Amino acid sequence: MSAAFQKIYNAAAERRAAVDKPDVPVIHIGMATCGIASGALETKKAFEEALAQQGVEAVVHPVGCFGHCYAEPVVVIEHPASGFPPILYPNVTPGKAKMLTKLYLEEGDPRFEHILGATVENEMIPWVMEFARFSMETRIVTRLCGHIDPERIDEYILEGGYASMVRALEMHPDDIVEEIKSSGLRGRGGAGFPTGQKWELAARADSGGKEKIVICNADEGDPGAYMDRAILESNPHQVIEGMAICARAMGASKGVVYVRAEYPLAVDIVTQAIEQARESGLLGRDILGSAFNFDIEVFQGSGAFVCGEETALIKSIEGTRGMPINRPPYPVESGLYGAPTVINNVKTLATVAPIIEKGAEWFKSIGTPGSPGTTVFSVVGEVVHPGLVEIPMGVTLRTLIFDICGGIPNQKKFKAVQIGGPSGGCLPEEFLDTPIDYDSLNHAGAMLGSGGIVVMDEDSCVVDVSRYFLDFTQNESCGKCTFCRIGTRHLLDILSRITIGEGIPEDLEKLKDLSRSISQGSLCGLGRTAPNPVMTSLEYFADEYAAHVEEKRCPGTTCRALTAFYIDLEKCARGCDVCVGCCPVDAIFTTRTRKKGIDQQLCVKCGECKVACPAEYDAVRRVSPAEGVPVVERVETEDSRE
Amino acid sequence: MVEQNDDFEEEQILQEIEGRLAGFGRERSNLIPILQMIQEQYRYLPKASLELVGRHLAIPSAEVFGVATFYNQFRFNPPGKHPIKVCLGTACHVRGGDIILENFERKLEIKVGETTPDREFSIEKVACVGCCALAPVALVGETVHGGMAPSKVEGLILRIEVENEMRQRAAEKEKSA
Repeated sequence: MSAAFQKIYNAAAERRAAVDKPDVPVIHIGMATCGIASGALETKKAFEEALAQQGVEAVVHPVGCFGHCYAEPVVVIEHPASGFPPILYPNVTPGKAKMLTKLYLEEGDPRFEHILGATVENEMIPWVMEFARFSMETRIVTRLCGHIDPERIDEYILEGGYASMVRALEMHPDDIVEEIKSSGLRGRGGAGFPTGQKWELAARADSGGKEKIVICNADEGDPGAYMDRAILESNPHQVIEGMAICARAMGASKGVVYVRAEYPLAVDIVTQAIEQARESGLLGRDILGSAFNFDIEVFQGSGAFVCGEETALIKSIEGTRGMPINRPPYPVESGLYGAPTVINNVKTLATVAPIIEKGAEWFKSIGTPGSPGTTVFSVVGEVVHPGLVEIPMGVTLRTLIFDICGGIPNQKKFKAVQIGGPSGGCLPEEFLDTPIDYDSLNHAGAMLGSGGIVVMDEDSCVVDVSRYFLDFTQNESCGKCTFCRIGTRHLLDILSRITIGEGIPEDLEKLKDLSRSISQGSLCGLGRTAPNPVMTSLEYFADEYAAHVEEKRCPGTTCRALTAFYIDLEKCARGCDVCVGCCPVDAIFTTRTRKKGIDQQLCVKCGECKVACPAEYDAVRRVSPAEGVPVVERVETEDSRE
Repeated sequence: MVEQNDDFEEEQILQEIEGRLAGFGRERSNLIPILQMIQEQYRYLPKASLELVGRHLAIPSAEVFGVATFYNQFRFNPPGKHPIKVCLGTACHVRGGDIILENFERKLEIKVGETTPDREFSIEKVACVGCCALAPVALVGETVHGGMAPSKVEGLILRIEVENEMRQRAAEKEKSA
């Protein structure tokens, strides 16, 4: 068998050698969705045009997502002839691309002022691993993301890919299960069920003659988490390999990748990767002469958050509404079309091959005893270096937010961190030293969930964020359970009232009551965890709720009904009309002194004037409660009549 | 390129769909892939097509409608030539995504889920397009615009209108020449 794989490996190496040009510079460009959104396509085009124009020879090599969203489009240039190490450039606009082609590739000047760092240790340019954002990560799942071209299976194979699958094919299926079990790997979809145990149950289940099935759950519905997409777009083969190993362990012959249709690039890349694996003989019938049959198809999820729940996901593949059903029987006994089915998250499956390669002991040495391994977070909101971060379990929130992601920008104070999306909770400063693992977070009332982390500074409102998540879950409730369907609606109504200043003191008790009932009276994870954002914020930010209800004041000056803008006449500069020009509703008028005032009746509180007001004047103020605004009467002046 | 006409003859669409349905088996599990195929072709699900699908799979069209309305992906009216999608993911929300949405609504004088009478623009909200570091984000067609601000909304729309007008003038010029 390994001889058969050796042949595939050699073929890949040969193909690679044919295109490799040793002394020619290589330009790696991050081309996942996030890179493209930041303009990577234009950057790539600019490089290609400049290379052609100036007659410089270089290879443009598209890669996946590097995880450093703040620096997109990210470009790494290897230019061996210049004597410099491979250099990482952040925020490479088309203009920068042209400049680098001319000055670096042609003339050998790497333009130090644009460099983020070198990707290898050297004596000339700081190594990126000297920065916390790089060095504190432990990359297992995302190790190759941003380094290889996801559209070429050869690159994955040459990096050691599919060797674990070959190894698994030589192992007894029970030994694979045993290895995963003893590694302590837990489901990365959020609930944290032990993966090995799931596989074991499915392996033992009687399929009644049906084909057993592996499903990769890439129905990433949490609005604010995108690591599954990034992994599929950057290194799909590691997930495919994990699925094959799982299939081997439990005796499945069919696999399904359930990926959101909203991720068109991920759909394309996974589909193509599966085809390539099939062509190479790594999927299909009698894989590498081992008599093991396994093939994968792609199913596009149509956008329903509840379909992340395994029974709902199955229902949706079967062609009905994605409504969860009662368990037991669990999918491992009777899942898709009644066959024993294992459903694992993208990250779980991407962790499998490294465990088989390096062993359970190695895996257990990372993370905490109860939650071994790493987890991938998407850290967004008010942090300096947002993006995807893969860290060992057990790292504290403080380290993640302040050391790795650079803390809060603009000298603002930290207020809260929302972790786990709509199922998670809002944690205040005193939890910053909580280690991130399944159990500690559950204990705090939050949840690891999808791994979405939103950092909020002092200008954010936790009540508003809770309302936002409730709005989301209320919309996404499938409607099966009364408490979830109607209860979330009531929660949302109450929260909405509070955020527009119509809350009454009894509301807070009602919120708690309803929350408890919803989590007890719902069948699936969506309903059971939907009140989490409300319950945690009520517990840890009671004073904010009180301020909204009793004083009609929003401490984060975010809730629009409770805030108002005004222009500080002491600071406003005569004759500067920037705010007037930017106001979308013409609410800003010129007073007799030629200073500006805001017509509170017209103002929609978009905050555009506050952004637009030049920093040296900084005259626009936002206050809460709204009554605190000094009155400036709108008087028709000659100016405003024009 | 020929300008695509949104006002397809419904009859013609249905005939085309009927032809494509033949490529799908009659198992229930084909329902969502079929709906996705129709939407991909025509950018929405024409009402009458749901009946065709029901007939093909031998299930009531009410059932087809039930499934189609359950999922966020499907829409039942044709989108504009320049569909605008405003991201309301968590990161975009905390950075004022709803204000961006409001500005589009105010500027185009339609609500979310609607299409302008001239079929030029439509507004949708999406849960997360996955580029949170650029929040707030809006998509016009397939192009992602990061770091949106209320004042950028007007600029975006204006640009499309100007481009339209330039195209129109060029076409007229060609005609007269």
